[in-house]
Amino acid sequence: MATDTTTVASPRDVPPGGAPAGRRPALRRDGRFAGIFLAPSLVGLALFTMFPTAMALGISLFDWPVFGERKFLGWDNYSHLLNDPVFRRVVLNTALFVVLYVPLNVVVSLGLAVWLGPAIKGRQAFRVLFFIPVMTPMVANVMVWRLLFQPDGLLDSGMQSWFGIDAPNFLGSSNWAMPAIVAMSVWQGFGYNFLVFSAALDQVPQSQLDSASIDGAGPLQRFRYITWPMITPSIFFATTMTLITSFQVFAQPFILTQGGPGVSTQTIVMYVYNQGWQFLTMGLASAAGWVLFVIIMGITAIQFIGQKRWVHYDV
Amino acid sequence: MTSDTGTVARKVRSGVSHTLLIIVAIVFLGPLLYAVATSLKPADEVFTPTPHLFGSELRWQNYADAFTFAPFGRYFLNSLFVAIAGTAVVVAASSLSAYAFARLRFRGREQLFVLFLGTLMVPQEVLIVPMYWLMQSLGWVDSYWALILPWAFTAFGTFLLRQFFLTIPAELEEAARVDGCGPFGTFFRIMLPLARPALAVLTVFTFISFWGSFLWPLIIINSVEDKGTVPLGLAQFIGQQGTQWNLMMAASVLAMLPTVLLVILLQKHLVRGLLVTGLGGR
Repeated sequence: MATDTTTVASPRDVPPGGAPAGRRPALRRDGRFAGIFLAPSLVGLALFTMFPTAMALGISLFDWPVFGERKFLGWDNYSHLLNDPVFRRVVLNTALFVVLYVPLNVVVSLGLAVWLGPAIKGRQAFRVLFFIPVMTPMVANVMVWRLLFQPDGLLDSGMQSWFGIDAPNFLGSSNWAMPAIVAMSVWQGFGYNFLVFSAALDQVPQSQLDSASIDGAGPLQRFRYITWPMITPSIFFATTMTLITSFQVFAQPFILTQGGPGVSTQTIVMYVYNQGWQFLTMGLASAAGWVLFVIIMGITAIQFIGQKRWVHYDV
Repeated sequence: MTSDTGTVARKVRSGVSHTLLIIVAIVFLGPLLYAVATSLKPADEVFTPTPHLFGSELRWQNYADAFTFAPFGRYFLNSLFVAIAGTAVVVAASSLSAYAFARLRFRGREQLFVLFLGTLMVPQEVLIVPMYWLMQSLGWVDSYWALILPWAFTAFGTFLLRQFFLTIPAELEEAARVDGCGPFGTFFRIMLPLARPALAVLTVFTFISFWGSFLWPLIIINSVEDKGTVPLGLAQFIGQQGTQWNLMMAASVLAMLPTVLLVILLQKHLVRGLLVTGLGGR
């Protein structure tokens, strides 16, 4: 569905009778209208995205309390972050979340999408079903899981009555809190990738799979040599998007564990929030936000460079 | 004979496959079913030694009680207002700029479009600190303005609608222009009606993201009782001792309901929209 911006522009309307000289005035007139059409978005994006992006970098160079005097610090906030054991832990926590969440999400969504191939009846129902938690408010989803994970909650009482053992205190144990957050997040988020993958799988021509079958290729071989190359662009898209969003994880740990026990599940965005709106040190919060931005840009760049090795756009 | 055993094997396999699928669906739906079940239990039956789906009665009263326990009526109205106003701004601004990028020729169009797309890379978390400062400067802290406007200008909508506009045959528009229709006429009378599927997708996705938004309202709204949205209201429950889980589940279920309905109502549209607009990755 890639669209080339340069080739699809419509031919211009040429004023009747003025064919040779008609092009430039039309262009100029278009330009004037374009200004009107673009103005709301342009002003909005400039004021609420472009300017704040630069401003974030500016604020990060200051000691910037919410109220009171500001002081220029240079890069001190960044060196403070590097030496702050809490921030280091927070980066590691976020990395751990990403490393656990992204592969699980992709494996679950791709596995289910392949399993629920075009042949299965009621596939549309599954697409809608799995998509529901993607769209419902995150806070509501997390609340439900908090109840599940609660001591004496469904998981605990279920394990007690069916297996006679106490469930671990999922949210209160530093071993279990992060896996619990990951499990909840996979449940909530895989429906989007499921939809992406099952749409991609629909595009794989059945005739090719059939003829490979006749030639004696087993299901694994068919997947490896026919299906996989054709869906790599979707897998690239899905993993990139999932990576980016997983670095921004906030509501799940914020509501499930408040970052605890200790700081064992605090994430980068929680750190930004705490620095900014609990300790009121905006400069440090902004610096942490920029560190997150740089990490995300770096990962995305690596993804884009790496895609040449395994993504096939013309199969 | 071999073909007979083949069909039997295939039937068994598809039967097993279907059974497994139903199990997957039930496990997946489990948390949601449990939420609904809990929302209908009396308070003292939420935690029982053995799990029960139903309590001693189906207590529909919980749904009414949730609204008196916390000002959820207010939260829902606030959320509805903010989501509708925000969506209106997003759809209006994005469709206008999308049309300019898709159909009008002007100098620097490609560069400007790349700049638009570039803004998609900036995560909200980078923007919240300067945005808070900006709101302070504008005197918008703890206001509806702050809930609606800062995130209502997103290049996502522009991109989505531009991709759709490009698929509309240029001949339609040319015909209108020959008939004396200016850019505004073609935009409102030709392009917008044709783009209804894409507009529906954008509207629904935008509404849902406003409806569920949490981090920004958490930061910018101080008077939760007055200007709080539904997610803020729900989050108020955490940390309270003796949380009223049955009431909270009732409120959570109500918060989910509009989005669930939208997803079900527009299911064909959403899938097609995702594909049409290239979000499917191909």
